[in-house]
Amino acid sequence: MIFAIASGKGGTGKTTVSASLATLWENDVTAVDLDVEEPNLHLFLNPEITGTEKGYVTVPEADEERCVKCGACRDICQFKAITLMAGTLLVFPEMCHGCGGCMAVCPEKALIPGRRELGEIVRGRSGNMEFLMGRLRIGEAMAPPLMRQVKERMGFIATGDVIIDAPPGVSCPAMNAVMDADAVVLVTEPTPFGFHDFKLAWEAFSPLGIPMGAVINRAGLGDSTVQNFCKEKGIPIWAEIPYDRAIAEAYSQGRVIADAVPGLRDTFLKLKEHMVAAAEENDMLGVFRA
Amino acid sequence: MREIVIISGKGGAGKTTIAGAFAHLAENAILCDLDVDAPDLHLLLDPDKREESEFWSGHEAVIRAEDCVHCATCLNMCQFDAIEFSIEGYSVKPFRCEGCKVCVELCPAGAIDFPERKCGHWFVSDTRFGTMVHAQLFPGEENSGRLVTLLKQQARQRAEAGGLDLVLSDGTPGIGCPVIASLAGTDLAVVVTEPTPSGIHDLERVAELCEGFRTKVAVLVNKWDINPAMTEKIEAYCRDKGYTLLCRFPHNRAAVDSMLERKVLTEYDPGGLGTLLKQAWKDTLALLEK
Ligand code: SF4
Ligand code: SF4
Ligand code: SF4
Ligand code: SF4
Repeated sequence: MIFAIASGKGGTGKTTVSASLATLWENDVTAVDLDVEEPNLHLFLNPEITGTEKGYVTVPEADEERCVKCGACRDICQFKAITLMAGTLLVFPEMCHGCGGCMAVCPEKALIPGRRELGEIVRGRSGNMEFLMGRLRIGEAMAPPLMRQVKERMGFIATGDVIIDAPPGVSCPAMNAVMDADAVVLVTEPTPFGFHDFKLAWEAFSPLGIPMGAVINRAGLGDSTVQNFCKEKGIPIWAEIPYDRAIAEAYSQGRVIADAVPGLRDTFLKLKEHMVAAAEENDMLGVFRA
Repeated sequence: MREIVIISGKGGAGKTTIAGAFAHLAENAILCDLDVDAPDLHLLLDPDKREESEFWSGHEAVIRAEDCVHCATCLNMCQFDAIEFSIEGYSVKPFRCEGCKVCVELCPAGAIDFPERKCGHWFVSDTRFGTMVHAQLFPGEENSGRLVTLLKQQARQRAEAGGLDLVLSDGTPGIGCPVIASLAGTDLAVVVTEPTPSGIHDLERVAELCEGFRTKVAVLVNKWDINPAMTEKIEAYCRDKGYTLLCRFPHNRAAVDSMLERKVLTEYDPGGLGTLLKQAWKDTLALLEK
C-alpha cells in the first residue's frame, strides 16, 4: 500500500513523521522522497546510496538545414519555448515542458529529440528499507517531470508498502505526489498558520477521495482551532506529537524522533495502525463499489 | 526602486514571522506575499481587500465525448498521462493536464476543446502597515511562477505610482519555479534558516540559486539555540561565502503567541525579540546601500 505524508506547508514536521514511520515499519517498505526541490528524508534515514541516475526531459533540437521556417512548431508551443525571429528558429530548452508537440507537427522532421537534465534520481538502502529520492537540479524550474520519473522507478523497485514524503503545499507537485496514495497523512501544527494551511490542504485533497487523517505536531503550542475543525469535518486525528524542546533538539541533530524521544515510538505505532486500517477499509469499500 | 524578498529554501522556517515584523518596520514600502500556494502573511496583517481580480493562465484540454471517434491519438501523444480511457470513453484529468495543446492539435475528429483556465485570485489590500499585494492560487494549479511574476509587476507599478522606493516580499518556499520567479530582479534575499540538517542543506541550495540571479544574500538563523553547534556551522558557511549574518534569533514561544494575537513581534517586543528584529532590519537596509 502507498501512504503519502503531506502538509499544507513545509516545516510542519512532514519529514520527521515520514522518517519515524519508515524506521519502525516492520513490513517491507520503500521510503520515497518526492519533495524533489528540497529532499531532506535522506538526512534522517542515512541510506547507503546504491545508485544515482540522471533524469531528463525530452526537448527539441533543430536541424537548421531542414527547417523551412513554416512556424508550425512555434504555433503549437504553449510555453514560448520555440520561436522564429527574423527568419531564425530559436529554441529555449529551459522553457520547454517536453510535450513533444513541435516534433509531432513539424512537416519537415527538422526537430529531433534532445534532452535537458532535470536532476537526479537516487536509490539506496537503509537496513531493510529501500530508499528512493529525486533531487532537482538547481536552476531547474519544473519539478513534476522529475517526480514522475521517481514515481516510475518506485513502480519497479517497491515491494511491500511505500511511504512517500510529499512536497509541501497544495499546488501541482503536491497533488501529484498524493494522487496515487491509499491513505494520506496530513501533518499540521495547532497555530493560525498551521490551521490556515491545513484547511487549504484538506480542501485540495478531499476531492481525490483518499482516506485522510491528521497528525498534530507540536500539540499544546498554540490553540485548539485545528482540533475543532477536525471534529467538525469528521477528520480523524491519528496522532498528536507534543510540543517538546527535546523533540526539536533531536530533530536538529538529524535524529529520527521515534527513536530518540521516549514514548514517541508508541505514538507512531498507533499512527501506523490507523493509516493501515484506513487504507484497508477504503480498499474494501472499493471492492463493494466495483 | 529596490526589492527585498524573504525566503527560506523550505517552508516553516519562520519566514512569515520575520516578513511580518519587517513589514511593520519598513517605511515607504509596498508589501507583497509571493507565496501564492499557501499565503500566510495576511494572517498577521489582516488586510482589507480593496481590489480583487481573477487570475487566468494557460489552458486545459476538454474532450467532447460525442465527437470523439476513439482513435486513441490523444492517449498516445499526451506526455503527461492526462488522458484517461474508461468505459465512459476518453477524458482528460484536469490535474494532470499541462495545457500543451498537443492532443487538441492532433485529434483527427477535432473533438477537444481548449478553454482558458482560471487558476486563482489576486488582491490589492490595505493593511495597518501599508498596501499589500497578494493572491491565492486554486489547489492543484501549477502556474504559480506566472502569478508570482504578476504580483511582482503589480507591486512595482504601485510602488512607482505611489512614489515608494521599496518592495518587500514574503517569498515562496523551495527552489523551483515560484522562487525563481520571486528572485528575478530582486536586490537582496533574506534567507531564514534553522540549525537543523535540512536547514543548512536547504540554505546552501537556495543561496546557490540566489547567486545565479546575482541577488545579494543575507542570512537569519531562527531558533539558533536549539543547536548552537549547527548554528556555528551555518555561520562559518556564511562567512566563507561572504553572506551577511543578520541575526541569531532564539527559540521562543512568543513567535507563536504573537501569531495567535495576530500581531507582529515588533509591535510589542516580547522578550526582546522585536528589538532583535529592529536591528536586523536596520542591517538589512544598510546592505541595500552597499
Ligand atoms: S516540446 Fe512542447 S514545450 Fe517543448 S518546445 Fe516543443 S512544443 Fe514547446
Ligand atoms: S515546424 Fe519544422 S519546419 Fe516548421 S519552423 Fe518549425 S522546425 Fe522549421
Ligand atoms: S484524439 Fe480525439 S478522437 Fe481520438 S480518442 Fe482522443 S479525443 Fe477521441
Ligand atoms: S493538452 Fe497536453 S497535457 Fe493536456 S491532455 Fe492534451 S496532450 Fe495532455
